[in-house]
Amino acid sequence: MTETPHVSLRAVVRRYEGPPPVHALGPIDLDIARGEFFSVVGPSGCGKSTLLDVLCGLARPSSGTVTFEGKELEGEVPEGVGVVFQEDSSMPWLSVRQNVAFGLRTSKLPAKEVAERVDHAVRFMGLAQFADHYPAQLSGGMRQRVCIARTLVLRPRLILLDEPFGALDQQTRLLMGDELLRLWRETGATVLLITHALDEAAMLSDRVGVMSARPGRFIDLVETGWPRERDSRIVSDPRFGVLTARLWSSLREESLKTMGRAA
Amino acid sequence: MTRRQAVLLTRIAVMAGLVLLLEFCCRTEIIDPLTIIPPSDMMASMIEHVGSGEINGNIVQTFSTIVISFVLAIAIGTLGGALVHSMPRLRDLVDPLLASYYSVPTFIFYPLLVALLGLGKAPLIVLGVLTATPAAIISTLTGLDGVKQVLLKLARTQRLSPALTLWWVILPAALPHLFSGFKLALSYALIGVIAGEFILSGTGLGYAISFAYQSFDNRAMYGLMLFVLLVAVTANGALYVWEGRLARRRSTG
Repeated sequence: MTETPHVSLRAVVRRYEGPPPVHALGPIDLDIARGEFFSVVGPSGCGKSTLLDVLCGLARPSSGTVTFEGKELEGEVPEGVGVVFQEDSSMPWLSVRQNVAFGLRTSKLPAKEVAERVDHAVRFMGLAQFADHYPAQLSGGMRQRVCIARTLVLRPRLILLDEPFGALDQQTRLLMGDELLRLWRETGATVLLITHALDEAAMLSDRVGVMSARPGRFIDLVETGWPRERDSRIVSDPRFGVLTARLWSSLREESLKTMGRAA
Repeated sequence: MTRRQAVLLTRIAVMAGLVLLLEFCCRTEIIDPLTIIPPSDMMASMIEHVGSGEINGNIVQTFSTIVISFVLAIAIGTLGGALVHSMPRLRDLVDPLLASYYSVPTFIFYPLLVALLGLGKAPLIVLGVLTATPAAIISTLTGLDGVKQVLLKLARTQRLSPALTLWWVILPAALPHLFSGFKLALSYALIGVIAGEFILSGTGLGYAISFAYQSFDNRAMYGLMLFVLLVAVTANGALYVWEGRLARRRSTG
């Protein structure tokens, strides 16, 4: 018997009424398996972030359906979904520990368990020494780790990341990628990563979806074939170069379209 | 010594120097004592008047009016600002009015307020509120404009109710701007109330200063002026220190 997809999109279309009206996304059909690491790459403005908004319930599709764990989303973020944004979303008035605990403020968990979860997430993301610091005292990478830790305490079954390392330098991005893989393995969560970096997608993912220029549709789905136990050292594997080249060959023509040039 | 301590010391030294210079000029009659009395006499007069209890009624009258005006102004200003922020069409209408509001001398409405509300505290409170509220509205609008969209998105992903989003996300994010508005509102409420008492009222510290002035009682006048100045500077200083602590926590460390 085939396993039910963890996340499923059927004929999903998203249009903005405007003016002017914009057909931003779709139609998109996609199944993501439970525990899969799926990345989405595409040219600028192709609707990657719109896809994430639709996937987590922040935006309703104009037509089509999105289901998470078999239940259709109805314009609300369902329980069990954690989102990490590209922009720094740490709260400057809260310390690192308070930022991480923010995710559990509405939970009915006993205080002891909240403290344990927060401590674990802070340690897991390597922030123990900075638990009482404020975001302004941290680097951009550390602030993004705070945001990931805040998602982690929720123990989400689906983690959505919208270009979370977009503002970081290349070395930090590689190391943050390792952190993300560790998090993925330890939590067993399904991960959907939106990124503009082909190498990041090739390194981290089980499968990469390549999107077309607007309106964004999937024009290629690439299986990476990496083992579950992997880290940033796979960038030296010859298959990594082959994978990245394949992603670029799928994407090049679409990127040229967004620049107003023919291939 | 840290840079902040050095700045503070320099500031105190400059102030002390100016006071000493004034004292010297008054004592040597370079400045006519009928115009300005020496600062030491101002201080002695202030201690005498406050210590004797003779102006207790005026103190209570004035500062209770200021506090009521201030509280009403920040309540009306914050709620009004939030309402205007949530209604873009209303904002288009209100923005130019707010921008030109302080060109209107609100004191000219005092006779109208007396006619409508009678003598006593009420017209002074309204005057204080009229003077202070726009500062609170403008700072609320600026604060709400500055709340990062990503934080509002975060609140939705955390499935916070609108009330919790307001309380846990929007208000703390807007707080530095709100605080600046509160500081301004306090200053404007103080100006509105004291000036109202000074010009038109029959009670309060403003009236007491005006009475001393018209009676050629320079000593009492300067003593009371110094008292009002010290209270205003202390209240504003307390808010300044509080604001500084908030800002240091949020700024790059």
